[in-house]
Amino acid sequence: MNLTLYVWRQQSSELQGRMEKYYAQGISPDMSFLEMLDMVNEDLIKNNAEPIAFDHDCREGICGTCSQVINGVPHGPEERTTVCQLHMRHFHDGDTVYIEPWRAKAFPVIKDLIVDRSALDSIIQAGGFISVHTGGVSDANSFLIPRSDAETAMDAAECIGCGACIAACPNGSAMLFTAAKVTHLAMLPQGRPEAKRRVCMMTEEMLTKGFGNCTNHYECQAACPKGIKVSFIAKLNREFIKAAQLIKEE
Amino acid sequence: MILDGKCPSGPLAEKWDRQRQDLKLVNPANKRKFKIIVVGTGLAGASAAASLGELGYMVEAFCYQDSPRRGHSIAAQGGINAAKNYPNDGDSIFRLFYDTIKGGDFRSREANVYRLATLSNNIIDQAVAQGVPFARDYAGYLENRSFGGAQVSRTFFARGQTGQQLLLGAYSALSRQIGAGTVQIHPRTEMLDLVVVDGAARGIIVRDLVTGKIFSSAADAVCLCTGGYANVFYLSTNAMGSNVTAAYRAYKKGAFFANPCYTQIHPTCIPVSGEHQSKLTLMSESLRNDGRVWVPAQKGDKRPPHDIPENERDYFLERKYPSFGNLAPRDIASRSAKEVCDEGRGVGPGSRGVYLDFADSIQRLGQNAIQQRYGNLFEMYEKITAENAYEQPMRIYPAPHYTMGGLWVDYNLESTVSGLFVLGEANFSDHGANRLGASALMQGLADGYFIIPATISDYLARREPGKVTADHPAFKDSIAEIEKMTNKFLSINGKKSVTEFHHELGRIMWDNVGMSRSQDGLGTALQKIPALRAEFWENVRVTGTGKTLNQELEKAGRVADFLEFGELMAHDALHRNESCGGHFREEYQTPDGEALRDDERFNYVAAWEFTGSDNKPEMHKEPLTFENVELSVRSYK
Repeated sequence: MNLTLYVWRQQSSELQGRMEKYYAQGISPDMSFLEMLDMVNEDLIKNNAEPIAFDHDCREGICGTCSQVINGVPHGPEERTTVCQLHMRHFHDGDTVYIEPWRAKAFPVIKDLIVDRSALDSIIQAGGFISVHTGGVSDANSFLIPRSDAETAMDAAECIGCGACIAACPNGSAMLFTAAKVTHLAMLPQGRPEAKRRVCMMTEEMLTKGFGNCTNHYECQAACPKGIKVSFIAKLNREFIKAAQLIKEE
Repeated sequence: MILDGKCPSGPLAEKWDRQRQDLKLVNPANKRKFKIIVVGTGLAGASAAASLGELGYMVEAFCYQDSPRRGHSIAAQGGINAAKNYPNDGDSIFRLFYDTIKGGDFRSREANVYRLATLSNNIIDQAVAQGVPFARDYAGYLENRSFGGAQVSRTFFARGQTGQQLLLGAYSALSRQIGAGTVQIHPRTEMLDLVVVDGAARGIIVRDLVTGKIFSSAADAVCLCTGGYANVFYLSTNAMGSNVTAAYRAYKKGAFFANPCYTQIHPTCIPVSGEHQSKLTLMSESLRNDGRVWVPAQKGDKRPPHDIPENERDYFLERKYPSFGNLAPRDIASRSAKEVCDEGRGVGPGSRGVYLDFADSIQRLGQNAIQQRYGNLFEMYEKITAENAYEQPMRIYPAPHYTMGGLWVDYNLESTVSGLFVLGEANFSDHGANRLGASALMQGLADGYFIIPATISDYLARREPGKVTADHPAFKDSIAEIEKMTNKFLSINGKKSVTEFHHELGRIMWDNVGMSRSQDGLGTALQKIPALRAEFWENVRVTGTGKTLNQELEKAGRVADFLEFGELMAHDALHRNESCGGHFREEYQTPDGEALRDDERFNYVAAWEFTGSDNKPEMHKEPLTFENVELSVRSYK
């Protein structure tokens, strides 16, 4: 099949970007979206033009590196699918496809479709962990965790940190990302002593880094390639209110 | 030269404890004066950087990804082994040790493997303490599953995303240290050279992948945790960015490369769909717990799977290996699949595939149970192939997945360059000629959390901190050389893209240095690779400049190294006139097609020394001695 692409090109964070038109020809439906872009890039190289820069790595939907807004939707039209797992069989001959980077205040564009997502790492560094030293821990089966709690923790822990939730949110909010980590750890008996500190530090960092607030659009859940649920944001709010109250009382 | 692995003496079970008694310690107040570089932030790198930072050393960590959470360990699906014996099915540290040694076809060091088996239990404890959400039963206890090459259930798992969860655990420990200021992280940077001063590793040269700036970092010791080299085959299950550059450039600076021919071809991957294919996707080996592998009994049978009656199917693994059946080790399962496809009995496009059929398990356990166990894998399979594996069997075919070879290290994980330590898949030490499933995560974390913190202190305690700084001429020379190389790439302006060269190299490697190898094929590879390399340096086209983010330039450096490294692999494979584990030489097989080892002549580690890009490398040996297990023919029948 043949497609017309409009792709965001931007030399660097300081320079202005623009949409540019390309043709993708002879595309097989078995190709992944990124393999389609590989092909376009090979053609650009043949014509001595600079290929389109885009982030990608594992190409199996787990590393969270790929990050493109396709026809206005982060990760494209398929539900629960990262760009790298999106296949061309979901497009039709003659389609026009618009490809843009994540757009959010906290994610400056580095080049073309590549953005800087280090603000997400900062949120984790502020408290998204259990403070345990290496060694000197008790036997793994000394914590008994109800299966349903372990399952919920795992549902939340599946977040791949791609940032689609932020790109989808009209407020550029990182609430779903933060909520996933807070919920994962809040479901477990380990690390409870620092739970209050954790949720306060993480939410504060979230605001410092320029992420907006949640106003219940639920766009994040719709865009999430791993199906992380907005109910975790309720859990985050609950943990936060509890912590703020307890800290006040202390 | 005969290499000495420096394994401690004494009974097997006491070696590691004895070693720890003998290793020198660094005074807590002095630790902050020592700087350690960690390259790579997968399981080995993240756990090492976190643990070393926690101890009080100054740590600088580097990764090419945009975040340390994205190392390719994240893609490991199935699980992690530990000798906990929670199911009471007869497991023990010795049994895990024995299975790993046997799985590796008796080509690994006893002392290392025993240490790994011992530490396996600590790793599970550590991960649970970090909040890794392993699967649990209804009473709240940890669950286990079976994996290839073992008859006990000792694999811990977090759905089909065990690597992700363990890496996020290590990443959270690392993040905590970054927040505390003990670790400085440099994402989007790539190591391009190792700096060696007076025989010791003193730092690295790095390219900032965003600004293009080439800069250096000096340290008292360097840890390489940069993964394996399966991308030498172009198509593999590795991430697109996985490469051999850091390890290869250390090799060029004097670190010996051990057993490069030991590569693992994983039996359960989704078959290639066409020329456009950029990478291959693994389907976890755990699927072989409930899936049955078969092909039509008749050559060229093109009927859809449902129309082939039971008595016209060949469940070849169950037939050939009745006691391990579908859970035969990876090398054996892969070779068997290749065999039946070579016989013309393969299925799917191009007839390079075999069925992995869940119909029996679905009938026995119900679709729900299968969905619970492997739901995400079935989903992934459907995304890629548009086929529903609940209704029709999956098609699978072997693909390059893991590399057992790596930089040579002694028992302390130190390479032949003093002060250069190598961890995880990047080293060679624990898996011999074949790695068992669920052992890679175990090894990366054992190296990072528990071994390196103990052994690096011994190295540092004998040295004065901060003796060499980045002002040393060796750093300036190295930067100049890297800049020259960058300019060379950009100025060739030939006709073929970097990817075309990589693809071509991959074909040479897969055809001649892949799943089965012969003297003729290896000879062909040794002719074709240097020719392709020469063409690369004449005819490659790298667009853009060195002053900005330039992904073509990144690839060019990696492919240039693969073009030399492929030759090293072929030399190693050609010299090893035996078949063992992942290295199968057609000339050396039993009458029924099994690998024929030659313990008389090849019971050693081959460690290669660089002698120039166009010269044959020089081989050194580390003899392997087995005091606790008997070398036997590996039988899974």
